Amino acid sequence: MLNTLGELAILAGETISSIFHGRVRMKLLLRQIAEVGFGSQLVVVVTGAFTGAVFTAQAYFQFASLNMETAVGPVVALSMFRELGPALTGLMVAGRVGAAMTAELGTMKVTQQIDALRALAVNPIDYLVVPRALAMFISMPLLVVECVGLGVLASYYVGVHVLQINGVYFFANVQKFTEASDIMMSLVKGFVFGGLIVFISCREGLMAKDGAVGVGRATTATVVTSSLAILIANFFLTMALNIVFPAGQR
Amino acid sequence: MNEPLIHVQDLVQRIGSQQILRGLTLDVLPGETLVLLGKSGGGKSVFLRHLIGLMRPVSGSIVFEGQEITALKERELEPVRRKIGMLFQDGALFDSMNVFDNVAFPLRERGEKDPRVIREKVEQSLARVNMGGHDKKMPVNLSGGMRKRVALARAIISPPDVILYDEPTAGLDPIVSDSINRLIRRLQSELSVTSLVVTHDLISCNHIADRVALLEGGKIHFLGTTAELRETEDPIVRDFVDGRSGETVY
Repeated sequence: MLNTLGELAILAGETISSIFHGRVRMKLLLRQIAEVGFGSQLVVVVTGAFTGAVFTAQAYFQFASLNMETAVGPVVALSMFRELGPALTGLMVAGRVGAAMTAELGTMKVTQQIDALRALAVNPIDYLVVPRALAMFISMPLLVVECVGLGVLASYYVGVHVLQINGVYFFANVQKFTEASDIMMSLVKGFVFGGLIVFISCREGLMAKDGAVGVGRATTATVVTSSLAILIANFFLTMALNIVFPAGQR
Repeated sequence: MNEPLIHVQDLVQRIGSQQILRGLTLDVLPGETLVLLGKSGGGKSVFLRHLIGLMRPVSGSIVFEGQEITALKERELEPVRRKIGMLFQDGALFDSMNVFDNVAFPLRERGEKDPRVIREKVEQSLARVNMGGHDKKMPVNLSGGMRKRVALARAIISPPDVILYDEPTAGLDPIVSDSINRLIRRLQSELSVTSLVVTHDLISCNHIADRVALLEGGKIHFLGTTAELRETEDPIVRDFVDGRSGETVY
């Protein structure tokens, strides 16, 4: 456990040092942004929309008995911004992108392609990890915003058009109870989760051994470890960020 | 006598509890083709990986062109690696790139931007290994021999001082093996390059070697010419040359 944390810290340190030394290959970065950001659209959109929709329905069923239907909008919006949007986007991206990163780097490792890179005087961190990390840092906050946005839109559609909540109240309450700090919390969490996913995925890939079986093992480890790391980090981030962006102050 | 281009002194390496190299000492002279023979799993490839800094020894020293390289950090090794070409056992071509991009890779990474220069050098390098006209193929569509030729074209596109060959004829039929042997010989004369070839293929050894070393028990057990190898009465060398395992059949 401590070994793994140490290796992750070293990988993160070397990657950040490379970024600050300007060892960024723009072509590779753009390709990774397309892969991480653009390629994750469908999964994030569907996750956000249906989470917002189902959460709205459940909240409505509970709140309707208290005549608090118009509170559904802000409850869903705040939950999406502060918790569900970042966490669900993180979990989906870990499954889709993290697994693919590990599989690709792991295959390169076991077929000596990473050794070939090193033998050709190309640093694997600069060439493989830096573009993936930057792409993740750029894409994840945007994906979180997209997930949350679609969640709130779906919530509005289900709440107003399906469950007949008053649209004006719904919208006004969402506006009243949602603040810039909620959006900031979303973005910060997205950024941190992106970092967790990319460093765990790249480490697992770069450490892969024992051929195809080893790559399979590394890919599974990436999905499990990233998902657990996101869920655990989410709790501590919530506690810490609530000091910076306190909830319920309005 | 020439100063050695590579001087290896008392190299020791352990993997887990197994001691692979036990104080290996060897000089590689400029311009020669030195063949390192030895049993499978005897540490030949491990030794080769030390020469380019892909592995670090437990103890001992490697001096390349007067510079001790075992203590160099990954980035400090890059100038050394630019002077050394390495042919990996399976070629280690980048499977996401076609043949042209694989061969052009070292040029682009060393800052060459002019597409005409890149094309000219890639075509020249591919022609040298008799792979002209295959530049659009993907590595997955190449045979084992073709992959090794392309990997060799990649290794020599920026002419190195030394080429390290890891089992260049392993897994190839005798005719393709012969063509690879001729290629190694031709490159040595055309590029005046120093070659270190790791193999257990005695036919290959007889074709290409200026000197032969036999690795046994983690040390150099024999060093001499191919004629001396044929004539020696040393029992270990004889067993290897005559293909005797020393095991009793019941």
